[in-house]
Amino acid sequence: MVIKTPTIPEIQEAVKAQPRLLCRAGGSKQALSGADGSVTLDVSGLSGVLEYQAGEFVFTALAGTPLLEIEKMLSEKGQYLPFDPPLADAGATLGGTVAAGLSGPMRWRYGGVRDFILGVKFVDGEGSLVRGGGRVVKNAAGFDLPKLMVGSLGRLGVLVELSFKVFPAPQATRTLRVAFGRLEEALEACLRLAASAIELYALDFEPPAGLALRLGGLEKALEERSRRLWSFLGKDGELLEGEREARYWRGINNFGWAGGKPLVKVALTPKKIAGLEAALLHSSNPLPSSTRRYHAAGHLLYMAWDGSWTELDTLLKTQGLAGLVLAGNPLSPALGINSAHPFGERATRALDPQGKFAR
Amino acid sequence: MSKEVLQELSKLLPAGRLLTAAAALSPYQSDALTAFKAKPLAVALPESAGEVIETVRWCAKHQIPFVARGSGTSLSGGSLPIDGGLVIGLNRLNRILKLDPKERVAVVEPGVVNLDVSKAAAPFGLYYAPDPSSQPVSTIGGNLAFNSGGAHCLKYGMTSNHVLGAKVVLPTGEVVELGGESLENTGPDWLGLFVGSEGLMGVALEIKLRLLPKPEKYHTVLAAYDSLEKAGSAVAMVVASGLLPGAMEIMDSLAIEAAEAAVQAGYPQDAKALLIVELEGETLEVEAEARHLSEVIEASRAYKVQIARNEAERAKIWKGRKAAFSAVGRLSPDYIVQDGVVPRSKLGQALSEIEKLSLRYGLRVANVFHAGDGNLHPLILYDGRVPGELERGEELAGEILKLCVALGGSITGEHGVGMEKKRYLPAMFAEADIELMRKIRQSVDPHELSNRGKMFPGGEAEALVRQGLHPLEKRGVISRE
Ligand SMILES: Cc1cc2nc3c(=O)[nH]c(=O)nc-3n(C[C@H](O)[C@H](O)[C@H](O)COP(=O)(O)OP(=O)(O)OC[C@H]3O[C@@H](n4cnc5c(N)ncnc54)[C@H](O)[C@@H]3O)c2cc1C
Repeated sequence: MVIKTPTIPEIQEAVKAQPRLLCRAGGSKQALSGADGSVTLDVSGLSGVLEYQAGEFVFTALAGTPLLEIEKMLSEKGQYLPFDPPLADAGATLGGTVAAGLSGPMRWRYGGVRDFILGVKFVDGEGSLVRGGGRVVKNAAGFDLPKLMVGSLGRLGVLVELSFKVFPAPQATRTLRVAFGRLEEALEACLRLAASAIELYALDFEPPAGLALRLGGLEKALEERSRRLWSFLGKDGELLEGEREARYWRGINNFGWAGGKPLVKVALTPKKIAGLEAALLHSSNPLPSSTRRYHAAGHLLYMAWDGSWTELDTLLKTQGLAGLVLAGNPLSPALGINSAHPFGERATRALDPQGKFAR
Repeated sequence: MSKEVLQELSKLLPAGRLLTAAAALSPYQSDALTAFKAKPLAVALPESAGEVIETVRWCAKHQIPFVARGSGTSLSGGSLPIDGGLVIGLNRLNRILKLDPKERVAVVEPGVVNLDVSKAAAPFGLYYAPDPSSQPVSTIGGNLAFNSGGAHCLKYGMTSNHVLGAKVVLPTGEVVELGGESLENTGPDWLGLFVGSEGLMGVALEIKLRLLPKPEKYHTVLAAYDSLEKAGSAVAMVVASGLLPGAMEIMDSLAIEAAEAAVQAGYPQDAKALLIVELEGETLEVEAEARHLSEVIEASRAYKVQIARNEAERAKIWKGRKAAFSAVGRLSPDYIVQDGVVPRSKLGQALSEIEKLSLRYGLRVANVFHAGDGNLHPLILYDGRVPGELERGEELAGEILKLCVALGGSITGEHGVGMEKKRYLPAMFAEADIELMRKIRQSVDPHELSNRGKMFPGGEAEALVRQGLHPLEKRGVISRE
């Protein structure tokens, strides 16, 4: 059953009335919002920007607001979402982005969605409307509930309103794509860059052995900065500029490269990449390496997967990693190592004592 | 409390590391907010994570409230002992357990001093970004509990944005791992909830920190204005220009005068306001941005502009700024420092309201603040020996906090709620909000053992006795922001 709840009181009522609920807004992360037997709350109607003052670097919007709308509003003032959330063109919303905890390639420069969320209003498991955080760029009062909601997958409450910090967008960007002979070489260069004074907006590892490096800043310094980057790498590559460059990153962040296959997010560190790549190549149904993309110097992987979910679950466990299915039909979207702990269990019980949002 | 119970603890900690004598306890009865004092039952000084865990388990078993304590520099009574409770002093857990320059991660014990992380990382061209001005003494554990900030938080955020993971002993004695070494995570951000929880959810035993490459170049500008408003609008102009400086700080005339007298930073004495703007990053980019910034500062009608030509000149500019608070403290026997936040566009309004309040209450207020993120630090000067002045100062401080909330801001940007501001929490949050936070706390800590009586309104309302410089400030070791 799907209930459309375009207003906050309706959401509160539904939470009080229903024994089990699952939220959906844009539906762009189908594995997280697909029917699972419980009642689906369609909150896509809860949409619109409530406040935006470019001079404050802050905006507040209802949770169902599409990312596209936010991006357009910000770009008119020369600003952007520094955590670069994926799936904007597929209709992703702010609330879905926070609940799934998703950031994109440019999260490398200033941080992910957790680093930019400032305030949250949500309906808890008892139907109460509560608020945490604030609407200013700096605030240390009370528990950091906004951060807690990042990655909460709707299990801790129904997000209804969100405030974010934003930054001025780089005046110009350009991208350098470099290919290396071997995976180890590419990773070595990746780590060297990450520890250097060279500031990149995106630092992507493209398996089997490529890097995509996005520079941004004032137009007049870019030429010389790209030359410097080139000589740092001691290697030639392909230069992307202008419209073409923008389209390239847009494509990446909409997962066009996954070819419509089931999609998984994995959190990791660079030292795990070689082992994971080898394990994936030896899996029973290996996909080409072009269907994987490591962002943020190897801290964030998005990958397509066409095999059995049990196999991937085991594979990730063996590598000591945790993953989250975004598209596909697994039994549970959480894969790999289980990081459940009493702290999480007890906090969850406080927010949702009757387990209405449990999965 | 029976003797046997304490005896049980003394079996866990060797002699000399469980303090119970009145004289040994007295240095622990306050934090940097010396107005509050309380007498702990004892002070435990563990030297390993294992000993901390055993100590917390002892507290859980006997339901004895405890406070974790780093260096005790909290300005809000966060590390004030609980009457009859245990203080767990963590200064001896001060080892850097791992420093991986390649992956840019440091794993530290909670008693490691903030600045020591950057010192250890320096040979690799790395540093730990959050820079509270207490950084020569305050600990990573304390920074984590208070989500501490500093002058350079505009661009790269506060402590929470630099903590990747933590091993924590919960108030029940269970040990959990929150976060990890990755910048990313799947599932709820439990670590995000723990950081900034003011010691109410347990004790951090081991903390994983993210290190950043040191900026290649700084460009530091000092601009003098003949009014505070002009300095305020200069900040707005910098923001509107699309630049993102690493720091933007303002000082008013009282603060300038005091800082100049204290450290001779070379500040223009006739200025009504000084603005420090610092760009940081890749040399080529900073140089290009600097030209851009010059135009903006010129248009902002600064009557005097000084640009640091080298590291020594940069250090001099910052020295005056960092010393400003203790310097202002010299103008007056006592002072209260507040930490409210307002939206940047309301800075001018907030400052003129504060000036009005200052006149109304007959107390001088100096202003030194993180203009870039709207974080005010009004310093209310008073003389504790003059009857009624302390109460007036306290009332004025409360008015300022309410003003910040009314303007759409917050009661605290970085010093935390602690003991001092707990009665103002309801000015910012509705009953339901506070209720839910309390439920989370009680679910994690059913007997409210961990830092009992802090952050949430209610309980015994304590009166301020006296404010003054932290002993370390008097010795010039640290200064306030
Ligand atoms: C002169 C001066 C300047 C300052 N400047 C700044 C500034 O610029 N920015 C800023 O943000 N703050 C500033 N402060 C405030 C203070 O330094 C910070 O709050 C700092 O983080 C406290 O660190 P500490 O080690 O002294 O912690 P303590 O004061 O000992 O403890 C602070 C809180 O942390 C808890 N705690 C300590 N260790 C742990 C642990 N391991 N696990 C769980 N909880 C723990 C305590 O219970 C307490 O609630 C300043 C203070 C002074 C005196």
